[in-house]
Amino acid sequence: MKRQIPLMIVLILGLLFVAHVFIPSKLSSDYLDWFMKWTKVIGPFAIVLGVFSLVLVHYNKIKRKAPNWGYSLVTLGALIVTTAVGFIWGIQEGTPYMWIFKNFNVPLGATMFSLLAFYIASAAYKAFRARSIEATVLLVAAIIVMLGRVSIGQAITHWIPDITEWILNVPNLAAKRGIALGVGLGMTATSLKIMLGIERSYLGGRD
Amino acid sequence: MTETIGIWIAAFLTLCMFSFLYKDNPFYKFAEHLFVGVSMGYYIPYTFYNAFIPYAYEPLFLKKEYILIIPFIIGILYWFRFSSKYSWVSRYPIAFGMGIVGMGVPMGMHANVLVQMRTMMLPLNNINIILIFFGTISILLYFFFSKAHKGVYGKFTSIGIWFMMVGFGASFGYTVMARISLLIGRIQFLLGDWLGLIK
Repeated sequence: MKRQIPLMIVLILGLLFVAHVFIPSKLSSDYLDWFMKWTKVIGPFAIVLGVFSLVLVHYNKIKRKAPNWGYSLVTLGALIVTTAVGFIWGIQEGTPYMWIFKNFNVPLGATMFSLLAFYIASAAYKAFRARSIEATVLLVAAIIVMLGRVSIGQAITHWIPDITEWILNVPNLAAKRGIALGVGLGMTATSLKIMLGIERSYLGGRD
Repeated sequence: MTETIGIWIAAFLTLCMFSFLYKDNPFYKFAEHLFVGVSMGYYIPYTFYNAFIPYAYEPLFLKKEYILIIPFIIGILYWFRFSSKYSWVSRYPIAFGMGIVGMGVPMGMHANVLVQMRTMMLPLNNINIILIFFGTISILLYFFFSKAHKGVYGKFTSIGIWFMMVGFGASFGYTVMARISLLIGRIQFLLGDWLGLIK
């Protein structure tokens, strides 16, 4: 009841999906439509888990007066205000909800990821210091690809964009293909393990 | 007026984020926590209006498709995750969603194995195709650990590392370019939209 039925659900639905791919028919396409329709109904309920979990973590930090608990007030305040604004005025273009998105979410997200430009450079310096032939190959390939994608590469010599194209279309393609084959086999094996109930960590702990 | 206020807020938050380059500080922590709250707050109404209303509420309550009461109830079972006694009930909606792994068996084999092998088996009529063929084979053999990587075989598999290093270098180069373009965007915002120094 607690474990066997969920495992049976995964097995039956999984086998039906395998049949859907190998036996194309109206019945199998109806099955896909039914599954997608039901998944779209079930999906939105999962967001409550994320919201509740976030609120719980920050509420406990505030309650225990944990170090830096004041920032948890900022998180909860921002969560409540943005949600309320979305429900009161709607989420169309021109609403306060979109104003918050444009002036809070977008700059914060873009700056957060642009920070990586600095850290990726220092990480590259540490990783690439050309201590082996392989590291040198990686470093040279990265520099050529970067130069080949900006106008300065063309200005240095017209060979750089051509070499960049060759790197991307030949050795890079071979690497991607080799990795894709490994990923494909891994994906198939993992899917089979989940379907057959060998891999069941997604069910969570306890009984 | 609201646009000007918005630009000033965005500029302040951008600078708060950049302050992390000096070291972790209260301005960065404030911006970081604000980002978490605003992002989650953004997705609640977004999911409600774009997923719950069109796919759950309207079909069930307005179009009277009463069969959808079943997935509606299955969805509610997610919430038992927070009960220590009945958390196992939340496994039912999770298991329903996991059913899609059945698709992973044939599709994983098709897209990542069969298609890749088919394109690898083109006639070896020019040097680039020959290089791609041997590169892919050497990478696959590099990950084959049932035979010791020694002698000629070991030399051949080490070619695979070289191919992978070039591939990783190209991916790294692209990642750096993407981050730099984001950085340029933020600098343009600060110097252009905010300070008006560049047009």
